[in-house]
Amino acid sequence: MEYNYPKFTPEMKKTHTILIPNMAITQFRLLEYALRYDGYKCEILGNCGSAVAQLGLKYVHNDTCYPALLVIGQFLDALNSGKYDLEHTALLITQTGGGCRASNYIHLLRKALVKAGYPNIPVASLNFSGLEKDSGFQMTLPLARRAIASVFYGDMLCALRNQVAPYENEKGAADKMVDLWVERLGRVLLAGKGFTSREMKHTFPLIAKDFKSIPVTRVPKVKVGVVGEIYVKYSPLGNNDLQKFLESQDCEVNFPGLMGFVQYCIFNMGEDHVLYGGKLAMKMGTDQLLNWLDSVERSMLKAEADAGFYAPGPFKELVEKPEGIISLGAKMGEGWLLTAEMIELVQGGYGNIVCAQPFGCLPNHIVGKGMVNKIRAMYPSANITPIDYDPSATKVNQENRIKLMLAVAKERLNAPAEAKPLTAEEIAGGAPSLSHV
Amino acid sequence: MRVGLDIGSTTIKCVVLDENDTLLYSTYERHYSHILEKAQELLRRIDAEQLHGRKALLSISGSAGMGLADSCGVPFVQEVFSTRVAVKKFVPATDCVIELGGEDAKILFLTNGTEVRMNGSCAGGTGAFIDQMATLLKMSADEMNKAAEQATRTYTIASRCGVFAKSDVQPLINQGAKTEDIAASIYKAVVNQTIAGLAQGRPIQGNILYLGGPLTFSTVLRKSFDEALGVTGTCPENSLLYVALGAALYADKEFVLSDVAAALDEYAATATYASEPPLFASKEEYEAFHARHISHSVPRVAFSAQCGPVHIGIDSGSTTVKLVVVDEQSQILYTNYQPNLGNPLPLIRQQLLKIYKEHTGLKVASVTTTGYGEELVKNAFRCDFGLVETVAHFTAAKYFMPDVDFIIDIGGQDMKCFKIEDGAISNIFLNEACSSGCGSFLQTFAQALGYDVKEFAALGLFADRPVDLGSRCTVFMNSSVKQAQKDGASIENISAGLSISVVKNALYKVIRASSPEELGRKIVVQGGTFYNEAVLRAFEKEMGVEVIRPDIAGLMGAYGAALFGLRQCRKNGQTTSAMMSEEELENFDQKVVSVKCGGCGNHCQLTVNTFADGRKFISGNRCDKPVTGKSEDNSLNLYAYKQQLLASYKPVAGKRGSIGIPLCLNMYELLPFWHAFWTKLGFAVHTSPVSSRGLYLAGQATIPSDTACFPAKLSHGHIKALTQMHLDAIFYPCLTYNIDEGLGDNHYNCPVVAYYPEVLAGNCPELKGQKFIYDYVGIHRPKDFVHKMVKDVLPKYFGGISEKEVQEAANAAYAEYEAHMAQIRVKGSEIIDEARRQGRRIIVLAGRPYHVDPEINHGIDHLITRHGAAVVTEDSISNRVEKFPTSVLNQWTYHSRLYAAAKYCTTQNDMDLVQLVSFGCGVDAITTDETREILQEGGKLYTQLKIDEITNLGAVNIRLRSLFAALDERDEDKK
Repeated sequence: MEYNYPKFTPEMKKTHTILIPNMAITQFRLLEYALRYDGYKCEILGNCGSAVAQLGLKYVHNDTCYPALLVIGQFLDALNSGKYDLEHTALLITQTGGGCRASNYIHLLRKALVKAGYPNIPVASLNFSGLEKDSGFQMTLPLARRAIASVFYGDMLCALRNQVAPYENEKGAADKMVDLWVERLGRVLLAGKGFTSREMKHTFPLIAKDFKSIPVTRVPKVKVGVVGEIYVKYSPLGNNDLQKFLESQDCEVNFPGLMGFVQYCIFNMGEDHVLYGGKLAMKMGTDQLLNWLDSVERSMLKAEADAGFYAPGPFKELVEKPEGIISLGAKMGEGWLLTAEMIELVQGGYGNIVCAQPFGCLPNHIVGKGMVNKIRAMYPSANITPIDYDPSATKVNQENRIKLMLAVAKERLNAPAEAKPLTAEEIAGGAPSLSHV
Repeated sequence: MRVGLDIGSTTIKCVVLDENDTLLYSTYERHYSHILEKAQELLRRIDAEQLHGRKALLSISGSAGMGLADSCGVPFVQEVFSTRVAVKKFVPATDCVIELGGEDAKILFLTNGTEVRMNGSCAGGTGAFIDQMATLLKMSADEMNKAAEQATRTYTIASRCGVFAKSDVQPLINQGAKTEDIAASIYKAVVNQTIAGLAQGRPIQGNILYLGGPLTFSTVLRKSFDEALGVTGTCPENSLLYVALGAALYADKEFVLSDVAAALDEYAATATYASEPPLFASKEEYEAFHARHISHSVPRVAFSAQCGPVHIGIDSGSTTVKLVVVDEQSQILYTNYQPNLGNPLPLIRQQLLKIYKEHTGLKVASVTTTGYGEELVKNAFRCDFGLVETVAHFTAAKYFMPDVDFIIDIGGQDMKCFKIEDGAISNIFLNEACSSGCGSFLQTFAQALGYDVKEFAALGLFADRPVDLGSRCTVFMNSSVKQAQKDGASIENISAGLSISVVKNALYKVIRASSPEELGRKIVVQGGTFYNEAVLRAFEKEMGVEVIRPDIAGLMGAYGAALFGLRQCRKNGQTTSAMMSEEELENFDQKVVSVKCGGCGNHCQLTVNTFADGRKFISGNRCDKPVTGKSEDNSLNLYAYKQQLLASYKPVAGKRGSIGIPLCLNMYELLPFWHAFWTKLGFAVHTSPVSSRGLYLAGQATIPSDTACFPAKLSHGHIKALTQMHLDAIFYPCLTYNIDEGLGDNHYNCPVVAYYPEVLAGNCPELKGQKFIYDYVGIHRPKDFVHKMVKDVLPKYFGGISEKEVQEAANAAYAEYEAHMAQIRVKGSEIIDEARRQGRRIIVLAGRPYHVDPEINHGIDHLITRHGAAVVTEDSISNRVEKFPTSVLNQWTYHSRLYAAAKYCTTQNDMDLVQLVSFGCGVDAITTDETREILQEGGKLYTQLKIDEITNLGAVNIRLRSLFAALDERDEDKK
């Protein structure tokens, strides 16, 4: 069955406001500037609350992944709000084009719009896979370059903010610094600047220097890494404000950057050639693109490291990590990237990991839960807890599980011999409870 | 002094230790969800009786204790962590702890790398589950344990969640299986669930410690664990108190306990939870509502000793038995409604005898049975007609509203909804095994909170802020309720919230409606649950429409059956029922034995009812062999043909050794391909044995993600079997892409099919030391396939295989695959032609290749052929249509076939599609809606059967019979 859904036409660029679901907040704030420079009017949605999930449940098959329920629910809630001129509103949704059902979100959204009485709202697809070729929203080269810059800047701001905030002397200083830079970079992007590799490489050390200048008192804290299905990993709406919760538990949090996912998507197009054959040109093209991204990424990481911050290895090293654990051919959903990020985190001292996934997420059966045993076998200190998110999973349950993971982490933090895996004896002996018994 | 407080989901525990950590005082009490009051009372009591106002070190633990602890500033200890602290102190030699609580199940590995495992968002296999099952058996937990000690055998019960298990247990009860055996089976299910869900591949061995309520109270449960693990675990002294003990040991901050209790008062004041508008704005609104519903009633006349011919309808439901007697004018003479107490027959016999005795000279014209126990009751008492329950309900609803277009029935255990178009049932929704927000849930919940169900439901009517509990599986609601209580929701508001969530479940989980208009405007609601005015009101509010609830809402099945009998008699001129006479009823006797059928490899567990006159009634059979003695006729069953084809691929001895292929997931389609490939290369290709329950159980301990689909989980057993076959290598490649059949926009495999070998490689310890080949290969590009196999894959494992050899092997493989698919299509055509010649219906049983596995499809194909229809597969007809546009991204090869098959069905009068869906298949969340739309667009009925490891075919059977009844009705209308 086919609907004749309304298309996003090139003219709508001028007339329509594009609503964008929120995911990685800082990166998306910058992305908004990039889109505005390109002539789009857009707004990143901030609406949350129980109506969002309820609308999702009402208009999308309930067994569909939680991110789809939330994103679609968030759109419908926004359309219902009366805040928008429905004649001049369009929606933007990402589409990865992989073998995961996430590629179908856009179609589920269109079905839901028809059911909810908004059959005329056009939906545009944000993808790099050449899907929806007839849409007026196209990822042109200039837009793509600015989008990439937004992601780089956003990743860096988040990475530094997360390393400073837990230790800052004045509460909120790091967040203020993020706001300051988002505004500054926003102005630069709107002026049509700041997106070339030269400009980025010039800016990275400035950002690092500013964060370094924030006064901090460094005390040992539990370091927690977060990996997972991309939406649930980043979106506070999807993960019940996981970052805030972890920070309230006195942890330093590390969310591997969004650029990793972008590079992963590009890499996979080339890897198909390696595994199954096909056009060599594709492989050469993606390699070239990855090389360019790599040079920018390395300078970002160098700027972080030079300022005394922890910087993970670049994507090209990340690709090496899953060796012996999972093949680079596993490319649906977050695929091998998720596994690689867990290993990177363990090696980087963020061995306490929350693996966030929507309940019943298919790729995560494989690359998340399916790989935990293997990672533990290779890195016995890995302290990984998979957490499922869905409309009815209660916060208590999730937090309880995370707290358990943190309890083990805290013991290790107090135990001096951090380098090698602890024995059960050591762990129990190191428990604060027994020290004074 | 140290004090530890453990607030669990159902109980509260407290210990007081002296300076030497000696236990001075302990208590273990149910809190009936009055967590706050109970905690305060306990703190004050201990302060007064034990501490006499002195300070003590205090900490709080337990799943319901977190918010409480936060609010009064007392340190909170995670409960598993707490257990570990206590175990290290009191039983230091422990290797592994198994702790079951009210809603949690935990395993702690203490030696060789500490690890803790807790149950996921699924509450199956816990104390709540055992309680639920005990309620179902009408026993206390203690009685159930005692019963289980007498068991002689066990049945397979899925314990994944209470709802699942119920659908396994209920038929056992209905079929008359012995309570003792069911009880033992329930404990065994808990053991399986704990091991499968939590061990996740790690062996449980050494010194095992059993903790928590269920393991402390049930000897049988401990014994079942011992047997399953091959160990002798110990249940230590104070096994209920370990969490509390750990909390006490961990405590490092001093408090005056009565001060803490006082601080909790403030906590009570800060009630914040998501809420819904109240059900009634005012008392007047309620009065009007009440009066409106009371008006829908059936005329009742006195059942005098002498009266004309009567028609009896009996609805033997899952938890209740209903009986209605009507006269020739459809007026009700007599009704009876009672719980079935596990066995409906004695109750019905007693009722029938009562009717005979009180009405000498009564002329019974017909007796019609319906419901779960339809067959059993019909056979036992020689009733005249059996009627599928959906049709019975429709018949009754028409009496109240001739132009009814939507009926929803929420009973104790099941939920049925059907849409009616042009006077025929056009669409049926039965609750999936995962979402029965039904009456028995409300009942169990009321009991858990210490109320009678009626009293409990009435509490909610005037609640001011009903809790918003969402609409997902009811088992999860336990935790939601817990959370709401933590947030200070009153019992009234919880009761109203539960009623609302039952309705939401029905609407959004089962029916998946998004607006009332979609369902229809003329709605009849029925089933015992709608006597609950809170549920009824919630339904009207949610739907925004006034509905009819007949006064006999709980008797509609029986009334419909009686009306059906009445109509049949008019049609056939029948005047006397064949039912047993009074004398025969007096002498009626029923013996139940359970035997394993030896007729074929299925080894069905048969329940044989033998009646006083020597007649037998057999249930539990998957085929007719134990009943008729004849083998199944598979001539019109393409599923059976596919199984035969696959079974014909035998190993051919070769020069290069042997290779094993697990017969699971996509191998159900690609075996011909790989068999030809490896055979040509000189390998003897062995396949794993045909799936069986035993094979599944053997592999279940290595499953890392318990929410993956059953077909994937089954593959662990296949791998285990292969590793025991002494083969040179095991081959199970990862396949991102499937063969492109040109039907869709892409040709992916789903993520699980594509990459499950990765999971097996990472989690099956038995693969250690085995040559396991699970490389990524692309059979969708034949030329590159050869090239990659020669260059990258084969040299890793075997030397000296030339490109020429591989090319030849690949040619053979592609040819064999083509031939295999062609054979299926040819046979499909033959079956279709033959069915048409015989005038039979043709059912396209559409699934994925692995749904051919009888362990996965549970014999649904045979069930359909036993109803007289032919069965073909989706892949036998998918090539008959051209690629067409779909409203979703059509990117998976298997599902492209599904859409194509659905499309083809709409062009064939005598062909209908039934879709098999595996529980947990995320892809099917998308495909089911699309398939439904394609079929409905073409004027066809859509039937979906959701299957898992459960083998209960009762619900499936109802669905199929309803489908056939609806199809028959449509055909009659056409004539």
